[in-house]
Amino acid sequence: MIRLIAMRELRSLFTLPSTWLIFAALQFVFAWFFLARLEAFLEVQPQLAQLANPPGVTITVAAPMFQTIALLLMMLTPMYTMRLIAEERRNQTLPLLLSAPLAERDIVLGKFLGMLAFLVALSASVPLMLYSLALGTSLDHGLMLANLIGLLLLTASFVALGLYVSALTAQPVIAAIGALAALVGLWLADIGASAPDSPWHAISPLGRFQNFNAGLLDSSDALFFVLFTGVFLLLTIRRLHNNRTYG
Amino acid sequence: MRAHILGYISPHPQPRPFSTLSDTAPEITLSARKLMRRFGNLQIIHDVSLTLRRGEVLGLLGHNGAGKSTTMQMLTGCLLPDSGDIEVCGIDLLRQPILAKRHLGYLPETPPLYRELRVDDYLTFAARLRGIENGKVAAAVAQAKRRCGLDAVGGKIIATLSKGYQQRVGIAQAIVHNPEVVVLDEPTVGLDPAQIRDIRALIRELGDGSSVILSTHLLGEVESLCDRVEIMQQGRLIYGDTTAALSSHGGEPGRLEENFIRITERETAAAAEVHTIAESDK
Repeated sequence: MIRLIAMRELRSLFTLPSTWLIFAALQFVFAWFFLARLEAFLEVQPQLAQLANPPGVTITVAAPMFQTIALLLMMLTPMYTMRLIAEERRNQTLPLLLSAPLAERDIVLGKFLGMLAFLVALSASVPLMLYSLALGTSLDHGLMLANLIGLLLLTASFVALGLYVSALTAQPVIAAIGALAALVGLWLADIGASAPDSPWHAISPLGRFQNFNAGLLDSSDALFFVLFTGVFLLLTIRRLHNNRTYG
Repeated sequence: MRAHILGYISPHPQPRPFSTLSDTAPEITLSARKLMRRFGNLQIIHDVSLTLRRGEVLGLLGHNGAGKSTTMQMLTGCLLPDSGDIEVCGIDLLRQPILAKRHLGYLPETPPLYRELRVDDYLTFAARLRGIENGKVAAAVAQAKRRCGLDAVGGKIIATLSKGYQQRVGIAQAIVHNPEVVVLDEPTVGLDPAQIRDIRALIRELGDGSSVILSTHLLGEVESLCDRVEIMQQGRLIYGDTTAALSSHGGEPGRLEENFIRITERETAAAAEVHTIAESDK
């Protein structure tokens, strides 16, 4: 049932021409950014080579690339998650799911996993481009893996928050603005807090991603993402249940 | 039952003896007892009880805002009642919702259509959602399409269909899993006369194998479709009998509309009187 709901989300997304357009445009942006970073690296490489312990291609090309993708996903995810439940409300299709023999948990997990799969497919070209460097040089696979895990956890947390905001309203646009405001707010609070022990650093998903970005796998960061995602999924299930209770 | 009105014999003319779920399907397919529902401080549904038997078409008749849609939402598990019980084929809808909903098909007031999907894809999704095994989905979709006259439009995007066809797709999703109970909320609203005729014929056909409960404020619909009618007003069921009995209520046969208006006006007057007494007691 979870897979069925997830597949329905994907099918609906891919029937829209705009999805394909944005998909294509983003691949172009990713490729352009990748080539720009690579060119910058190649320009400074002779100078870098003179250093005693020069930074490699992974830390100079891949890490900033993942950082940029993380920021892009922060702004992009609300545009896609806004539809998840708000549009079902607006189009009055929610009764189809609510009167079907499945639990609210299945609806929420299906939508969450469907959207996560979509965003993973959307950004899948980035690791492919980066791994293409392995044809000419050796990559820091540990740093790549940390970034990939971090990016997946980060995307999951964005989707969970977007899904929850989408469950709060019947207007997709409000859901998009709400989720974007929450995510950008958390990010700005994180980069604006000057004290190193400020709690804002601890609760910002993008702040938590920094360790992964630097190649550091910290279990507390991973736990944060799991909890962040879990809490918002539970809140969404609760909200859908309240739909039956309060109408 | 319907033989009175339509002049043809129902395939289930005699009530079958009551049996348990493990034996064959029970005779009473839907029963609701003492449903109460309030929104904020406003009591919308008062003490609504109704039963539906296999092969019966029940019309829920009432003015706009009488509480018909709210009742139907509760009967299909989309809205929880504040108190009361609902059983679908002997399974408690509130305690075992997933099991009970397997026997339910629901067409809400606005058909719940994913307009960007093709009819075939949408019905396949609806069939899987209702738990039909993968191997039987194609046959179930084909049957639902045939019954609803959708064979020619299977490959079309739902958004491009006319309102009448969209309504048919809405009905098709409600019957794709051959449910014992079909709940239709104003199935013919906004359709042209030819479409209304087609959809009524479909509902009559549905009533042969399943139980159908439909809400409407069109008296002609009740007269041509329903075996039994319940009149709802201000969240209460104020009258329940066979359609034939309502038509001849007060000794004047064939005057359904006048009888309906008389019954609802009488209730309104009685409610106003109770209200006045309650106010003067304060």
